[in-house]
Amino acid sequence: MSAVLEAHHDDHHHGPAKGITRWLFTTNHKDIGTLYLWFSFTVFLIGGMMALVIRAELFQPGLQFVQPEFFNQMTTNHGLIMVFGAIMPAMVGLANWLVPMMIGAPDMALPRLNNLSFWILPFAAMILVSTLFMEGGGPNFGWTFYAPLSTTFAPPSTTYFIFAIHLLGASSIMGSINIIATILNMRAPGMTLMKMPLFVWTWLITAYLLLAVMPVLAGAVTMMLFDIHFHTAFFNAAGGGDPVMFQHIFWFFGHPEVYIMILPAFGVVSQIIPTFSRKPLFGYDSMVYAVASIAFLSFIVWAHHMFTVGMPLAGQLFFMYTTMLIAIPTGVKVFNWISTMWRGSMTFETPMLFSIAFVILFTIGGFSGLMLAITPADFQYHDTYFVVAHFHYVLVPGALFGIIAAVYYWLPKWCGRMYDENLGKLHFWLSFIGVNVTFFPQHFSGLAGMPRRIPDYSLQFADFNMLSSVGAFIFGFSQILFLFIVIKAIKGGQPATDRVWDGAHGLEWTVPSPAPYHTFTHPPKVTDAEAHS
Amino acid sequence: MANAAEDKSIYYVPERGWYPVFVALGVAMLLVGLGNWLNDIKAGQDTTHVLSWLGFIVLSVVLFSWFNKVIQENHAGIPNAQVKRSFVWGMSWFIFSEVMFFAAFFGALFYARTLSVSWIGGEGDKGITGEYLWPDFKPEWPVVNNPDPTVFKNPGESMASQGISTWLSYLPFWNTVILLTSSVTVHFAHTGVKNNNRAALKGWLSLTVLLGVLFLLVQGYEYYHAYEELGLTLNSGIYGSTFFILTGFHGFHVTLGTFILLMQLIRAFRGHFKADDQFGLEAASWYWHFVDVVWVCLFFFVYVL
Amino acid sequence: MARKRCGHVPRTLVTFHGDAVAPQTSTVAPYGFDTADCEAKENVNGKFLTRVIGGAALTTAGLASVADELNMPVGVTQISASVYDLHMLILYICCVIGVVVFGAMGYSMYAHRKSVGAKAAQFHENTRLEIVWTIVPSIILIAMAVPATRVLVDMYDTGDEDMTVEVRGYQWKWQYKYLDDNLGSTLSFFSALATPQDEIHNRSVKGEHYLLEVDNPLVVPLGKKVKLLVTANDVLHAWWVPDFGIKRDAIPGIVNDIWFIADKAGIYRGQCTELCGKDHGFMPIVVRVLPQDEYDAWYSAQSTAFAEREAMASQTFAADELMAMGEQVYNKTCATCHQANGQGIPPVFPAIAGSAIATGPRDAHISIVYAGKPGTAMQAFGTQLNAAELAAVIHYQRHAFGNSTDDVTQPVDILNWSAAQ
Ligand code: HEA
Ligand code: HEA
Ligand code: CUA
Ligand SMILES: [Cu+2]
Repeated sequence: MSAVLEAHHDDHHHGPAKGITRWLFTTNHKDIGTLYLWFSFTVFLIGGMMALVIRAELFQPGLQFVQPEFFNQMTTNHGLIMVFGAIMPAMVGLANWLVPMMIGAPDMALPRLNNLSFWILPFAAMILVSTLFMEGGGPNFGWTFYAPLSTTFAPPSTTYFIFAIHLLGASSIMGSINIIATILNMRAPGMTLMKMPLFVWTWLITAYLLLAVMPVLAGAVTMMLFDIHFHTAFFNAAGGGDPVMFQHIFWFFGHPEVYIMILPAFGVVSQIIPTFSRKPLFGYDSMVYAVASIAFLSFIVWAHHMFTVGMPLAGQLFFMYTTMLIAIPTGVKVFNWISTMWRGSMTFETPMLFSIAFVILFTIGGFSGLMLAITPADFQYHDTYFVVAHFHYVLVPGALFGIIAAVYYWLPKWCGRMYDENLGKLHFWLSFIGVNVTFFPQHFSGLAGMPRRIPDYSLQFADFNMLSSVGAFIFGFSQILFLFIVIKAIKGGQPATDRVWDGAHGLEWTVPSPAPYHTFTHPPKVTDAEAHS
Repeated sequence: MANAAEDKSIYYVPERGWYPVFVALGVAMLLVGLGNWLNDIKAGQDTTHVLSWLGFIVLSVVLFSWFNKVIQENHAGIPNAQVKRSFVWGMSWFIFSEVMFFAAFFGALFYARTLSVSWIGGEGDKGITGEYLWPDFKPEWPVVNNPDPTVFKNPGESMASQGISTWLSYLPFWNTVILLTSSVTVHFAHTGVKNNNRAALKGWLSLTVLLGVLFLLVQGYEYYHAYEELGLTLNSGIYGSTFFILTGFHGFHVTLGTFILLMQLIRAFRGHFKADDQFGLEAASWYWHFVDVVWVCLFFFVYVL
Repeated sequence: MARKRCGHVPRTLVTFHGDAVAPQTSTVAPYGFDTADCEAKENVNGKFLTRVIGGAALTTAGLASVADELNMPVGVTQISASVYDLHMLILYICCVIGVVVFGAMGYSMYAHRKSVGAKAAQFHENTRLEIVWTIVPSIILIAMAVPATRVLVDMYDTGDEDMTVEVRGYQWKWQYKYLDDNLGSTLSFFSALATPQDEIHNRSVKGEHYLLEVDNPLVVPLGKKVKLLVTANDVLHAWWVPDFGIKRDAIPGIVNDIWFIADKAGIYRGQCTELCGKDHGFMPIVVRVLPQDEYDAWYSAQSTAFAEREAMASQTFAADELMAMGEQVYNKTCATCHQANGQGIPPVFPAIAGSAIATGPRDAHISIVYAGKPGTAMQAFGTQLNAAELAAVIHYQRHAFGNSTDDVTQPVDILNWSAAQ
């Protein structure tokens, strides 16, 4: 017994193990967070390259580079990979790095499960991407994989796609179980729920969303599997089923999913804006309640993605009203961020720039979302580029900018070195311009009637698509600059102070930079200065 | 040197382990293997199970040693109270996610019963569907005459109950009795160990496992009956689909649950579990209760109503 | 707000030079009043700057109808017009809110900079304020919900229609069935993309209706309530004509009913708006709205032509007739998947050239063309083509692309085969 103790004792106080097994076998939340973040960035580049294929093909009318069937595979996998492989893992990576440090915990509650949650991902991603090279091609039915295109008419690779989704779901479920257990069970004495940093709050609620909807997604793909291989009738009217049933089940997952991608970003911004306004977050309590009500509402709005399937009038009205309601709590958050800046003493370092861009551009995406919620108008918007514009505004300058801001903000704490501020600002301006040039014109092509998921379009959409494609390449390549900046910081950045930002509060800033391999070996003292009070 | 288990002022973090990454590997192999297998069958080619079996073996071996390790650490008194609480949280929220998994299939059942079948049958807001496309389809549940019998073979008969009077000769009813009883017995086993009554623990736990096996045998017979005598199969339309996916995944969970309880039983005979420390057993019993509750819903929504 | 449907007046009447619509009837021109068309024109001599400026103007609550291609069309039905108003209303409201919100933010960023020596206040709560900005948005939302609900209810006012047409989506074309009062089919035809492959593959200049032109458009009478029963044969599609302000998914095995009343004669174009596989981008919708009398003329002409085509079933043809007819049918019906050169796109779309079926026993060939292959993209063309067309295309497939069987397939063979089933 003492042997075991000895072992654990050593492992406890010494640094990381050497070699590859450090990463394969690690149970350390910082190692795992790092793995998540690098994984998601790699996948982001892959998904981005698919987006660039899409934009290249759409640069001009007519078929340029790819055939329609391959174009559909690009669209589908771009969506899937970005959602499940880039944004979600990045958010989990941030949670791994930050939640234990923020609540004064030694590590995640279930470190080995934590390692499992990560290591499932590379396998799932490999399976998903490999489908592209299979006979008959990869998934080509959109990231929403509506039946029966995804069942009766699907390519053989769909079977592997389904299992990849199962794996991704399992990973997310274990990840969220871990985060919930950590937050509810591992807080340092004195770190009450209403003292927790907002990032922790948003992740706690996000974890519940994941826990509730990921199994439903698993159920949906399982029914697909049965329709394909065991000839069941779930999504086939000839047997009493209904293709629309698939959409209901998918969107019961799918809508909460989009908030799963944005809520942690809300958390990040709610940490950064107070720091650079040198002023406590405005309306902490209402922020928490707002996130909670957004999460609650997200369960009863799903059919706003299905206004055109021909639901009965009552259903249309119900889902229109509930969807519109979401504007209220979201508005509260926007207003609180602005009031936090109000009469502050602001400086505009890169994380702040990305956060401000987040507030503005996310709000614009929210407005278009609200327009989409108006059912009669959605009949005109639905499945056009107006929708594509909407969700890229909330996802790219929304979720993605949130992640980038977080990396700039906490990188010095992670690796103990500052990034190059000038390059950071350059990266920001390139991204800001690129993202707007890419996605703003898509509002117009959409309103003018350009459907989504088409490899070729009629002449009146030509100019906007060309513009959009140019923007995409600007934005895309500026992310390579981001990669460069991060590596440069890790390799040879200026040493960072422990507090890093003079306005920063929170337990993570009380430990040295870089944060020691085991942040807290004893429960830290939670002072009012470091916790919200 | 301090021992985390006693000294509350020290955090405990477990050793790193090689298990998880190999679990991931095993699962991936298993699933890819299954994929090959299913696709080969669909394409009418001959196929092999090698990959799936390999994956399964890797998975089982690793999981076994992983749990074994945790149990040893527990006996060595390494994890402190906080870590044990984390296990409790973990298990409860895992069960919650399982509930949501079944919710998807129940959702499908309710949607079909209340909406799609009646629309295709020419009733309700979208009755035009039936009037125009499926004039000879009669909306009824269970659906024994499909909208297009050439695509989905009509089941001869459904598994539905013929009313309470017939329950005594109705196997699903007896299966309900079996599972409900087993829930009670597993509870007795748990209270048994809490009162240091190891005989009760072993006795009641063995009984629970037996009841689990019995349930599975009955269910197996039911499936045989459905397939061979009623002609009710996975491809006899929405009724067969919902029936088999719900009862099937439930049966799969019962199998898992029985296996877990069996493991706990072996541990019990090995002298594991203390009056104040038996979460392994408790978690297993929670899982069993959950499986039980799901069945009760099944019994009502799939068999009776 | 302005209801001008096209950016620039006075406009010349459109004449359909070689537009595939022409064959339908000779008297199209005077009504050829059409969005896509004037957009295309504007586009060809690309007034790009004006458009971008217009764009900026539009979004900063500027002029709404700068040009059609910047905004939702007002359309030619009551519904589409009220949807347009609704759209503009929300857009303006959002713009106003945006100005306020971003204004406040911008001012704060300007005035409360550390670099100008701003000292940070420490307030972090103001219950009254927070209540205000919960109530105000709620009121705004109600103000949006009321008109939205009204329009939606109008849309759902089905019934007392003047005529009914079944709209059925196929991979990748539309079928229109004109129905009588008890939903029996009186006239039925397919409507597929008419843009030549050369334009799509940039081998020839693109016409002004590139990708928005079909061989046989749906034709409806002016000012009549037309009810559509929308469904699909294989996968999901969606039937959308922006100028009518209606869009509905076409779902296999399920029927959606929608209606419209076109107030202006002309040609209106839309596209399939639900991903339906390979050629989702290539299944446009064209609707021609004609005054009643011309509609009637068109209708009777069609039904006689329809009857004649059906009659061909009882004829016998010479081999070269079959080849000629078969080639037409093949390129129209089969070529999207099996390719014009018969090579297909294996493995999903097998080749006809040298295929076991097209060179083997004929009944197997008839069977797969007539009844299709369930679970694949191979449809049952028995319901889509008449005996003559089936015979011709099968004969063609068995003698083209280097296939040479020694049989001649006549309509009667098809009829015998289906009788035998
Ligand atoms: C991060 C992801 C994210 C987020 C946060 C949102 C946020 C919202 N979305 Fe979006 N949405 C997507 C991702 C997201 N969406 C995706 C990926 C799709 C497409 C899926 C697919 O088909 O592929 C989609 C599609 C989509 C549709 C379906 C469109 C269609 O296919 O026809 C609809 C319809 O209602 C919708 C609505 C909304 C609404 C009302 C919000 C609201 O949450 C927005 C609320 C925010 C604001 C309103 C702005 C701030 C508020 C104020 C400043 C207060 C004052 C304002 C008012 C009172 C107006 N979204
Ligand atoms: C969070 C998710 C997310 C993100 C970040 C993005 C990012 C981008 N998306 Fe997309 N997108 C979706 C989610 C996302 N998207 C979803 C869900 C859909 C719907 C799919 C569907 O319809 O089913 C979609 C669909 C979609 C479409 C519509 C396709 C269609 O309907 O046919 C388009 C078209 O322009 C598009 C474009 C882009 C672009 C230009 C980016 C850019 O931000 C990408 C930036 C580019 C890069 C990051 C490239 C970096 C790499 C290089 C520069 C190459 C160098 C390489 C190395 C050094 C290795 N996306
Ligand atoms: Cu038909 Cu898209
Ligand atoms: Cu949504």
